[in-house]
Amino acid sequence: MLKDQDRIFQNLYNDKGSDVSSSQERGDWVNTKEITNKGRDWIINEIKESQLRGRGGAGFPTGLKWSFAPKEVGSRPHYLVINGDESEPGTCKDRDILRFEPHKLIEGCLIASYAVQAHVCYIYIRGEYFVDGQKLQAAIDEAYEKKLLGKNAAGTGWDLDIYIHYGAGAYICGEETALLESIEGKKGQPRLKPPFPALIGLYGCPTIINNVETIAVVPTILRRGGKWFASLGREKNTGTKIFCISGNVNTPCNVEEEMNIPLKELIEVHAGGVIGGWDNLQAVIPGGSSMPLIPKDKCETLTMDFDSLMAEKSGLGTAGIVVINKDQDIIKCMARIARFYKHESCGQCTPCREGSGWMWRMLERMAKGDATKDEVDMLGDVTNQIAGHTICAFGEGSSWPVQGLLRHFKKEIEKRNNLDPIVQKKNNIPYLVDQHLLDKKNA
Amino acid sequence: MSLRRPAKDQPENFEFNASSLEAANVIVAKYPEGKQQSAVMALLYIAQKQNNNWIPLAAMKYIAKFLDMPYIKVYEVATFYTMYNLAPVGKYFIQVCTTTPCMIRGANKLVEACKEKISENECELSSDKSCSWMEVECLGACVNAPMIQINDDYYEDLDKQKTLDILDKILNGETPKPGSYRGRVNNEPENNRKTLMDLKNA
Repeated sequence: MLKDQDRIFQNLYNDKGSDVSSSQERGDWVNTKEITNKGRDWIINEIKESQLRGRGGAGFPTGLKWSFAPKEVGSRPHYLVINGDESEPGTCKDRDILRFEPHKLIEGCLIASYAVQAHVCYIYIRGEYFVDGQKLQAAIDEAYEKKLLGKNAAGTGWDLDIYIHYGAGAYICGEETALLESIEGKKGQPRLKPPFPALIGLYGCPTIINNVETIAVVPTILRRGGKWFASLGREKNTGTKIFCISGNVNTPCNVEEEMNIPLKELIEVHAGGVIGGWDNLQAVIPGGSSMPLIPKDKCETLTMDFDSLMAEKSGLGTAGIVVINKDQDIIKCMARIARFYKHESCGQCTPCREGSGWMWRMLERMAKGDATKDEVDMLGDVTNQIAGHTICAFGEGSSWPVQGLLRHFKKEIEKRNNLDPIVQKKNNIPYLVDQHLLDKKNA
Repeated sequence: MSLRRPAKDQPENFEFNASSLEAANVIVAKYPEGKQQSAVMALLYIAQKQNNNWIPLAAMKYIAKFLDMPYIKVYEVATFYTMYNLAPVGKYFIQVCTTTPCMIRGANKLVEACKEKISENECELSSDKSCSWMEVECLGACVNAPMIQINDDYYEDLDKQKTLDILDKILNGETPKPGSYRGRVNNEPENNRKTLMDLKNA
């Protein structure tokens, strides 16, 4: 288990309060000026050395992303945008940072803004987190009062204004370009990339977009050194991560742990074990609902980081672990996830708009055992028609969980849906025979 | 996508009152000059708050004029985002999360409670017109599942009986206390905490 002194979010459970003075006791805002005095290149290099990867799901190296910002500010100002549109089912880590560690985030915003030369930072928070957003706003107001923000913020000589922008219940706005559209006051429909936001982003200006957790760990990394962060976890999957363990466990919780921690340890030690014991485990969704599920036999030895989950054809995503035990109907669980994606599709690309609803309707019937044998393969076909054929990654996000279900539980679906198409059952009624299928049989 | 339709009965006029106007001007100042369209989402919230939890078409027209943008653009935004209510939902709007993490911890029992206490169907006003309920997608409190949101507040770690009690209070016009209903502290593992113990005991 990670040592307590290596945990970045000391106030994850709000033992100490989230105001400036108690944050300062935990080390925030102590020597911000000294950090920025070391210069942009030092900051970006240190982040590169720490091998920090974005915590929003895709795992893109943060230092590299920052280095994409133009070196000189031209006629267009630079922006920093923080993505707090946390809507992935199974994930609730950013909410705790917003309400209990707001000053880690605000200080991170200042340092990141300095590094990418932005004077304005927008924090996009999902509309449902209104109360938590108010807490962040109170922290921002306090920071202005103590001169940690505004002109010459925290004595660094850098001017920074932070504004909160609330979303309004659209999952797709967690996609970075949809988020920019949303801030611009439009429907949240993703843009084509390229051009990438680092060159043409918010209002057509260079924009760096990072997840809340990514930015909130930056000050601690710079204080303790990129080497310290890189010493945790393993190569290319370094540092600590907040894991959200929900579903059929005895004590669901958020916990900060080292990357590459065994999944079994997370579930058994922190989440108090699976309800009904480890043998009652059916499957685990390892990284928020978009990531394909992993059946029990693989959970035994699985370690939680980007690359080892990739090797299992799944992904770490946002590290929202949903544990499903044998009391649940796995097809029904996935049908509900498919309904989520059907509801949240923005409607821009046809494969996703039509396909997400199609997958949901098929899965609903499969859960009841009303589908035919052929439809199981057809479902796989539909997922392949969506993934990779859409503007944004939502297409993959909606089809991967279904593909995961088909990969690991195909037998169960087929057992329940062994209905033969009408042609084979009632072969002797000529007008009911589907000629097309007959042809195939003879061929 | 979800189907969203504006209400049939629409008021003729809508105008911001003094406090809404003040709030709206503060919001518009957050964005660069000439980019006031960015404020449309926040202004729709303000209109919704002023107009008893829903947004009439007249309010969209008013906001379009206020921000100097086409009415259809405001209409697009209001119909795209699901948190803007296009029809009356009552003073208390109850949203029950039923996505998988909540579902496997018994969110359907919460739906039953809403059906018993408020109305048989979702998005239907209760008999006294004070509240309505709706099934929604993930509200981002999966560790505290199952949960409901009433207006801005989260009510977490529920079961059927606790939900019935909360709904009783609401029907009596009281606002119940938000947070966990199993007495747990935030998102810590209940009675099983193994980390940051020094801080807890300090």
